[in-house]
Amino acid sequence: MSRSDHLKDRMNIFAHIGRAVMDLLAEIGRLASFTGRSLAAIVSPPVYGRLIGQQFVHIGFLSLPVVGLTALSTGAVLALQIYLGGNRYGAEAIVPQIVVLAITRELGPVIAGLMVAGRVAAAIAAEIGTMKVTEQIDALTTLSTNPIKYLVVPRLVAAVLSMPILTAVGDSIGIFGGYTVAVQNLGFTGSVYLKNTVDFATSADIMSGLIKAAVFGFIIALMGCYHGFNSKGGAQGVGAATTNAVVSSCILILASDFILTAILFSA
Amino acid sequence: MTAKIQLIGVKKRFGAKQVLDGVDLEIAPGTSLVIIGGSGTGKSVTIKSILGILAPDEGRILVDGEDVTHLRGRTREPLMRKFGMLFQGGALFDSLPVWENVAFGLIQGRGMARATAKDIAISKLSKVGLSEYVAYLSPAELSGGMQKRVGLARAIAADPEIIFFDEPTTGLDPIMADVINDLIVATVKDVGATALSITHDMASARKISDNIAMLYGGRIIWQGPTDQIDHSGNPYVDQFIHGRAEGPIKMAVRK
Repeated sequence: MSRSDHLKDRMNIFAHIGRAVMDLLAEIGRLASFTGRSLAAIVSPPVYGRLIGQQFVHIGFLSLPVVGLTALSTGAVLALQIYLGGNRYGAEAIVPQIVVLAITRELGPVIAGLMVAGRVAAAIAAEIGTMKVTEQIDALTTLSTNPIKYLVVPRLVAAVLSMPILTAVGDSIGIFGGYTVAVQNLGFTGSVYLKNTVDFATSADIMSGLIKAAVFGFIIALMGCYHGFNSKGGAQGVGAATTNAVVSSCILILASDFILTAILFSA
Repeated sequence: MTAKIQLIGVKKRFGAKQVLDGVDLEIAPGTSLVIIGGSGTGKSVTIKSILGILAPDEGRILVDGEDVTHLRGRTREPLMRKFGMLFQGGALFDSLPVWENVAFGLIQGRGMARATAKDIAISKLSKVGLSEYVAYLSPAELSGGMQKRVGLARAIAADPEIIFFDEPTTGLDPIMADVINDLIVATVKDVGATALSITHDMASARKISDNIAMLYGGRIIWQGPTDQIDHSGNPYVDQFIHGRAEGPIKMAVRK
């Protein structure tokens, strides 16, 4: 290979990196503009109450089984692990306190968020993506209906409102899972376990988890809608949009969880 | 008389591809114009630019003499009420029953009461030859021809001044295509609308149009009354209407 060929190759690498960076920046710009338009649409009339109600059922109510099941097993495993770990220091009595703290602050919202991301972000992206490729979104425009207001706002509102409720339910079930294992297998007395749980948890612990849940709900609905609206081509495009919606909402949930924890517990 | 729709030097580029390269077009009120042209020549882009779904890079679009090229959002709403559109695949909302599809623009776009809108929807469905029974089905339960009819009923539900037809006969058998053509002619006359259609089905184009324009290379290369199409003296038009592989239009097969 001659000198100039080497140079060309290196230039190619730079071109590749440059193009990737430009694509990323363009994507961030598109997402920011989409978010801005969605937020603006939330506060401007009309409000589609019926649609918000429908989405509340789809996003919130129908997610209860998955969230409940995962919370139950998470609480149970947590109790078992803390008991075994604590046992090494003779600190196994701390199970109820750690379980309630871990569940309300961290695992409740994050696990509910990840489960709902898998269920709901995918469903939203697939539905809106299909509407996009079959021109149904264009049809909305020709029928004097703003697609953002009609499709995005109800999903955002329903997700932001239902995620804290789902998380509260999940928290309770998770604590119950820990309680069951502790009482059945680990020799705790039920009343003492519950008293320790209630005494230890503060409302700040619970609230921080619910605030996180609301943010996760926003991320899930936004990612589902954004990728759906930007899906291209036919079935393949919709499939890609669905995958991207789930992956990006999971990543954003975990990243924002760190940031939110830092903010909420900095004071 | 002011043209109902007028396009002046409309240009639109997607990446490196100049799809529309200065389209000039005029449609008189109450007439039906059909734009013919091969696939990918920008017929859909032309309609979507007028509808405001796409923004042209250059040029102006006038509706009733008013420049609407850059109207967006709320200021565009009164304009959108003048329009009705039949999409190529029907584009029916599959989450809603047929009657709600037809009544959609009335309920969501104009805030009409659901009961009133439903009565109108059922009467519009009967205009396109569908019974009340169909009104309660979901779009997925309908055949292609029925979906087109529902799409047509939806397009005319709000008595629009201008109706757009995107490939109205594509994907239908010849008999159903002719039924749809008849329905288009009848409904457009009934509503008293101006119509703009795009198609590459010449039988349909001849039947539903007063005037025909041919789009090629991003421009209108011929325009005239429908009965003149066979005597256009334009080799591009002749090749297209007779569907010949040989001629001045070279298909980009070797891409």
